[in-house]
Amino acid sequence: MNIITIKNITKVYKVGTEEVHALRGVSLSIDKNEYVAIMGPSGSGKSTLMNMLGCLDTPTSGLYLFKGISVSEMTDNQLANIRNKEIGFVFQTFNLLARYDAIHNVELPLIYAGVPKDERRERAKRALIDVGLGDRMNHKPNELSGGQRQRVAIARALVTNPSIILADEPTGNLDSKTGEEIMNLFQEIHNKGNTIILVTHEEYIAEHAARIIRLRDGHIEKDEIIKPQKTSQQVIS
Amino acid sequence: MRIFLFELNEGLVIALRAIASNKVRSLLTMLGIFIGVAVVITMSTAIKGIDNSFQSGISSLGTDVLYVDKWAWFTNEEWWKMRNRKNITMEEYYKFKELVRLPVAVAPVTNTIQTVKYNERRVENVFVNGSTADYIKTTNFTFAQGRFYSEIESNAARQVAVIGSEVAKKLFPNVNPIDRTIKIGGVNYKVVGVLAEQGSFILGPWNPDNQVYVPIETIFKNFFNRSFKTITINVRANGPAMLDETKFEVEGVMRKVRGLAYNQENDFSINQQEGLEQTYKSIVGVIQIAGLFITGLSLFVGAIGIMNIMFVSVKERTKEIGLRKAIGAKKRTILTQFLLESSVICMVGGIAGLIAAIIMSLLINQFIPTSIQIDSVLIGISVSLITGLVSGFAPAYTAAKMDAVEALRYE
Repeated sequence: MNIITIKNITKVYKVGTEEVHALRGVSLSIDKNEYVAIMGPSGSGKSTLMNMLGCLDTPTSGLYLFKGISVSEMTDNQLANIRNKEIGFVFQTFNLLARYDAIHNVELPLIYAGVPKDERRERAKRALIDVGLGDRMNHKPNELSGGQRQRVAIARALVTNPSIILADEPTGNLDSKTGEEIMNLFQEIHNKGNTIILVTHEEYIAEHAARIIRLRDGHIEKDEIIKPQKTSQQVIS
Repeated sequence: MRIFLFELNEGLVIALRAIASNKVRSLLTMLGIFIGVAVVITMSTAIKGIDNSFQSGISSLGTDVLYVDKWAWFTNEEWWKMRNRKNITMEEYYKFKELVRLPVAVAPVTNTIQTVKYNERRVENVFVNGSTADYIKTTNFTFAQGRFYSEIESNAARQVAVIGSEVAKKLFPNVNPIDRTIKIGGVNYKVVGVLAEQGSFILGPWNPDNQVYVPIETIFKNFFNRSFKTITINVRANGPAMLDETKFEVEGVMRKVRGLAYNQENDFSINQQEGLEQTYKSIVGVIQIAGLFITGLSLFVGAIGIMNIMFVSVKERTKEIGLRKAIGAKKRTILTQFLLESSVICMVGGIAGLIAAIIMSLLINQFIPTSIQIDSVLIGISVSLITGLVSGFAPAYTAAKMDAVEALRYE
């Protein structure tokens, strides 16, 4: 089943009087339980594409269907809802709230989903245990290492059981060993049946994915499957 | 509704956390509102106190009493014109009393300023009022002890006195004044009555509490003869409803007593409490407007402070706002969060200001009888809440309409 279908999407920014064409007609579709890496040099439009996929931004023209519903026609509130319930973001800079301890950071999306306090606490705990931080729940971000912070961020992305995990350079601020651990965590998450979209410019990070989409100058340059996709059968076993 | 309450509750938790994490800044911001609210409420309490005193003072004068006098209390007339008027004499009073029909009481009044003594104790510069037994009917005085002098005492010029509460307090701190002999200007008088506390500081020497009341004939006997100066005739109408009609009669009768021709101006004035009240109100009105303007200004400055801090706070938390939006916060949610933050700051500052104002009003109460009014408490709280909402709105709106992508990129 297609979670994401985009057809001939363009995005034009106005910078002063200049028009910048960040995307010049991109089409792709992503299935449930895919593990996709989006690659490209800076200026290739991969960030724009990611914002689009994450419903943070709407295309200038073209069609974007999220689970069969057109995103371009959604109101701000509907977009916020989709981001809240269907998409889990993982950022390069973690973007944890410094004042909040780990468990509160993970709870955050559930607050906006209107989940009552006790259930929120319970789900946040489970998500933290899932990413291996069961013993760090009450630590604030500045008491955690970079890898641990990114794990908190991943727990925050997972806690709402989203349809896709959208990770933007998740290892960009980590040393290669910790980065590798985080990539292994993504692999685990993928193995549990989650759909992951990874944005990176590092070849060796992209190779963790099963499919690599390469962007250049706002076009898809190459879209290749590098590993056989697991079927649902394999996921269960 | 349930969702709204949920968001309000969660927003409040977030706001409190944000305030707590910036203690010094939040406290400084609160200070602005604190001073504003404290000053506004203290001011209104003080004005209320002055008002109370004046009202209680003026009510002892009676709203239905006319004062026929050589002098007008409030007038645009030239002073020398009144200066050249004839004095009102006791003879004119007798004729006047004979002719009027509508008033319930008519009393001639004169006064002198004397030192009053009891043994070693003395009070200087006391207004000594001389009148007849009917005088008490032209006032609203009440008695703490004893009685007013009688008609017989007044006609026979007996040396009896009724003293105001302040005078009694000063002369007789420990003993019952009734039947004691006091010296007024060196002459012995027997105290027959003590007035209950009537009035207020605001009338100063005219405050009935600082005065002494004796039969008018004893003043003519002891201090000056009857033609020495003009008297005033106090006239009480039969209730405020009859005031205008009585005034009309009084004017006619007085003109007749004076033998004025139809084309001659009145050579006397008829005063009433109303004039005093109007003048007072116009003065207090100016104080009120000026006071509220100045104190309102300090509140306004406080509000600008809040707006300023909130703008800084929004700017500083741009990235946080971006993140909150990315994980599903709606515009409304962000708006609520920041509005709550500024409202909480204002409410805390406002309530602290209110407490300070209550303490201040207790201090003021030592000098002017006053108390914090429940309406000024409500005004204080609602003003600080409104200040919070209004001054927080622009920054909160800026936060709410921030673009999530750009906010996330903000360093």
